Amino acid sequence: MNFVAPDFLPLLPELFVLTMACAILVIDVFLDEEKRHISYGLSQLTVLGAAALIALTYANAPAVTMFGHYIKDAMGDLLKFFICLAAAAVFLYSRDYLRQRDLFKGEYYVLGLFGVLGMMIMVSAHSLLSVYLGLELLSLSLYALVAFDRDSPVASEAAMKFFVLGSLASGMLLYGISMIYGATGSVDLQVISDAVAKQGSNNLVLVFGLVFLVVGLAFKLGAVPFHMWLPDVYQGAPTSVTLYIGSAPKLAAFALVMRVLVDGLGALQGDWQQMLVILSVLSMAVGNLIAIAQTNIKRMLAYSTISHVGFLLLGILSGTPEGYAAAMFYAIIYVLMATGAFGVVILLSRAGFEAENISDFSGLNDRNPWLAFLMMIIMMSMAGIPFMAGFYAKWVVLQSVVEIGLVWLALVGVIFSVIGAFYYLRVVKCIYFDKSEQSEVIDMSRDVQIAISANGLLLIVLGLYPAGLMAWCASALLS
Amino acid sequence: MLSELPLLSLVIWFPILGGIAVLFIGDDNAARAKMLALTVSIVTFLLSIPLYTVFDGATAAMQFQEFMSWIPAFNANYHLGVDGFSMPLILLTAFMTVLVVIAGWEVIQYRIAQYMAAFLIMEGLMIGVFAALDALLFYVFFEAMLIPMFLIIGIWGGPRRVYATVKFFLYTFFGSVFMLIALIYMYNQANSFEILDFHKLPLTMTEQVLIFFAFLLGFSVKVPMWPVHTWLPDAHVEAPTGGSVILAAITLKIGGYGFLRFALPITPDASAMLDWLIITLSLVAVIYIGLVALIQQDMKKLIAYSSIAHMGFVTLGFFIVFGLHRHTGSLSGAAMAIEGGMVQMISHGFISGALFLCVGVLYDRMHSRQIKDYGGVANTMPVFAAFMVLFGMANAGLPGTSGFVGEFMVILSSFKASFWIAFLASFTLILGAAYTLWLIKRVIFGEIGNHHVAELQDINSRETIMLSLLVAAVLLLGLWPDPLTSVMHSTVNNLLQHITATKLL
Repeated sequence: MNFVAPDFLPLLPELFVLTMACAILVIDVFLDEEKRHISYGLSQLTVLGAAALIALTYANAPAVTMFGHYIKDAMGDLLKFFICLAAAAVFLYSRDYLRQRDLFKGEYYVLGLFGVLGMMIMVSAHSLLSVYLGLELLSLSLYALVAFDRDSPVASEAAMKFFVLGSLASGMLLYGISMIYGATGSVDLQVISDAVAKQGSNNLVLVFGLVFLVVGLAFKLGAVPFHMWLPDVYQGAPTSVTLYIGSAPKLAAFALVMRVLVDGLGALQGDWQQMLVILSVLSMAVGNLIAIAQTNIKRMLAYSTISHVGFLLLGILSGTPEGYAAAMFYAIIYVLMATGAFGVVILLSRAGFEAENISDFSGLNDRNPWLAFLMMIIMMSMAGIPFMAGFYAKWVVLQSVVEIGLVWLALVGVIFSVIGAFYYLRVVKCIYFDKSEQSEVIDMSRDVQIAISANGLLLIVLGLYPAGLMAWCASALLS
Repeated sequence: MLSELPLLSLVIWFPILGGIAVLFIGDDNAARAKMLALTVSIVTFLLSIPLYTVFDGATAAMQFQEFMSWIPAFNANYHLGVDGFSMPLILLTAFMTVLVVIAGWEVIQYRIAQYMAAFLIMEGLMIGVFAALDALLFYVFFEAMLIPMFLIIGIWGGPRRVYATVKFFLYTFFGSVFMLIALIYMYNQANSFEILDFHKLPLTMTEQVLIFFAFLLGFSVKVPMWPVHTWLPDAHVEAPTGGSVILAAITLKIGGYGFLRFALPITPDASAMLDWLIITLSLVAVIYIGLVALIQQDMKKLIAYSSIAHMGFVTLGFFIVFGLHRHTGSLSGAAMAIEGGMVQMISHGFISGALFLCVGVLYDRMHSRQIKDYGGVANTMPVFAAFMVLFGMANAGLPGTSGFVGEFMVILSSFKASFWIAFLASFTLILGAAYTLWLIKRVIFGEIGNHHVAELQDINSRETIMLSLLVAAVLLLGLWPDPLTSVMHSTVNNLLQHITATKLL
C-alpha cells in the first residue's frame, strides 16, 4: 500500500493558524510579564494573516482534499474570513480588560487561536468525522476559556455546566453520526448525500440518526429547548470570553448546520424542516420573552442570542438557496452586532468594576456620547429597526419563509421581534433617558476606539447599502 | 434647470447630513449648533419650494423621479417621486421643521445640539416616507422615523416620558411589522417592490382582505384611529413642544398618506367591502373622541384628542368615496371627498402645530399645562391671546380659516353618500367648537386667574414670527384653497379611476 500525500495547499490558512498557535505557546513561556503584549501582537498577526490568506486564496470552485474530509469552497472561505476578523476584534476589545484583571496571559490567546482553528475546520469539514473534530477542538478551547479566571467561583461553575452539557451534546451528535454511518456506510458527506437520496426517509435508522444530529446541532447553536447552558455560561464567563463565545462561533455553528443538514442530509429536508420549525418558534418565543425579565446585560444578550438563533433557523429551514444565503447574511450581521454589543460592555468595565447590569449603562450619553450612540445603533439593529443592518437580516429570512408559503411562521417571527424590541429599547432608555450614577470618563486606547466605531458604523453602512454583502453571500452559496 | 437636480434626494439627505453635522458641533457649542440647524432647515424648505412651482398639476404621473438600483437581488430600488398627494405633504414637513427649530431656540436648555439634530434627521426621514416609490424604501423610512422620535420624547419630555415613548415606539412598531409581511407577500407575487407595480397587481378577495388588514394595522396606529389611539395623548403630553408639533403635524399624516398610497389602490375591492368599518371607526373618532376632548383638564391632552377627532375626518373622506360611488353611480362628488381629506390633513398640520406651539409658549412661562392654572391670559398677553383665539377658531372650523375647508368638503360629499353619515359627521362642528372655545374661554378670557398669570410676559419677536407664519398659512389655505387643490385634481381622479375598477381576477 502506497501513501499518496494529499494536497495541502487548500489548508494553508488552517496550517498557518496551527503553526502560529504552537509557536505562540512556546514563545510565551519565555516572555516576561511586561512583554506579554508580544503574544497579543502575534495572535493578532495570526488571525489577520489568516484572514488575508483566505482572501488571497478565495475559492471560486470547490476543491475537496484530505481524502474527502476537507472542502475548500466559497461559503467556507467567506465564513472563515469573517471568523478571523471577528476573532481579531475580540482580541482587541478584550486586551485592556484582561490586563486590568491580571488575566493578560498567553494561554488566552493560544486557546483562542485553537478555537479559531476548530471553527475553521468545522466550516470546511466535508465529512462527519472532521465536523466532529473541529467541533471538539472549539468546544474544549471554550471550556478552558470559560474557566480561565480560575479564582472566580461563578466562572468555574459556568465552565462545569458548559462542559457537562456540552459533552452530552457531543455524545448525541456522535451517536447520530454513528447511525448515519450505519445507514449509509460512510462519513463522507458526498457519499452520505448520494446514499440518502437513494434511500429517502423510509430508512428508520437514518431518520433516527438525523434526530440525534439535530439535537446535537441545536445544542451547539443554543436553540430552545437545548439552550439551558447559554445564559449561565454567558453570565458566568469573564466578559472577554463571553465576547469570544458570542461572536465567531455563531458563524461556525451556522456552517455546521449547513454542512451536516444541507450538504449531507439535504434529501431529508422534509424531515428536518419540521424539527427546525419547532426549534425556531420556541427559540424566538423563549429567547425574547425571558430576555425581558433580565437585569444582567450579559444574560439579556444571551437570551437575545437565543432569539436570533431562532431567526437564523428560519432562513435555513426554508430549504432554498435564497434562504441559506439569507441565513448566512443573518449570521454575519449578527456576529457584527454581538461583537459590538459585548465590545461596549467590555469597554464599560474597568479595573475593579464589572459592567454587568443594564443599569450600568445609565447616563452613558452624558459620559461618552459617541459610545452611547454606537450602543444605540447596535441595540436598534438587534431590534431590527431599519437603516441598521439588523433590519435587512430579519427581512431576508422572513422573505425566505414567506416564499415557501409559511406566512404564519413569518407572522410569529415579527410578533416576537416586536416583543423583543422592548428589551433593546430598555437599554437605549438607560443610555439616553436615565441619569448616571458614575461620572468617570471611559478611557479607550485609540485602536479600540477606531475598531468599535468601525464596528458600529458598519451596521449603518450595511444598512444603507446591504446589497453588496447579500450578493456576496448568495454567490458564495451558489458556487 | 431645477427639474434636473435630484431635488427629492436633496430634501431627504440634506437635513439628515445637516443633522449629523449639528451632532458633531456638539452640545458645547450650542449657539453655533442652533444657527446651523436653522440654516439647514431653512435651506431645506427653500429646496422644497421648486417641488411646488415646477410641479405639473395636469398629470397624475409621478414627477421628479429618481431611480437607482439598490438591492438588485430583491429588485428593490432607490426610487423616488411625488404626485399630488405627497408633494404638499413634503412642503408641510419642511415648513413645520423650520418652525420647530425656531420654537426650540431658547426653550431647550439641555443637549441642544442633539435636540436640533434629532429634528433634522426626523425631517429627512419623513420626507423620505412621502417620496419613496419603492415599498421597501418606504418601509425603511417609515420605521427609521421611530428612532429620532423615541429619543425626542424620551430625552426632552415630561415626567412620564419613558412610559410614553416606549408605548409610542411599541405601538407603531407592532402596527407596521404586519405591513412588512404584506409587502413581502406582494413582492413574491409581483417580483418587484415598486409601489406602482403593487397597484396593478391582481389579488384575490381573501388576499386583499388580509393585506388590507395588515395596512390597516400599520396605518391606523399612525393616524391614529379609535381604538388604537391611546399612545397619542400620552406621547403628546410628555413630548417637548417641538415633538408634539411634529407628531401632530406630520407623523399623523403619514398614516393618512399610507391609506392613499397603499391601502386604497392596492386593495380596492377589500377597501370597498370594508369601507363601513373605517367609516364607523372614523365616526367614533369624531364623536366619541370629541366628547372625550371636552372633559380634558390638560391643554395638550385636549389638543391631542382633538387631533384624533380631526383625523377621523381624513379617513372618513378617503373611504366615503365607495359609498358615494355605490349610491350615486358616478364619481362626480368623490373627488371632493378625497381632496377634502387631503386639505384637512394639511390644514390640521398647520392648526394643531400652531396650537401645540401656543401651549408651548404658555408652558415655557408657567410650567403647567393644566387649564385650571390659567385664566385671563388675554389681560397680560394680548398679542398672544389674539393668535391663540384665531387658531382656536380655525380648530373649531370657522369659515375663512383652513379648518373649515376640509371639513366642509368632506361633509358635503358625505351627504351624497348617506344622510346619516353626514349627520353624524356634522357633530364635529358642535363638538369642535365646544371643546376649543371652552378651552379658549377658560385659558384666555375672564378674570386673571392667579398671580402667576398676572406676571406673564407677552410673546417676544421670535414667538411672534413663528406664530405669524402659521397665521398666514391658515388664512391663506382657508380663503384660497385652490393652489392646494389644483395640484391634486389629476392625482385624485386617477386614484378614483383606479379604485373603482376591480382588481379581482
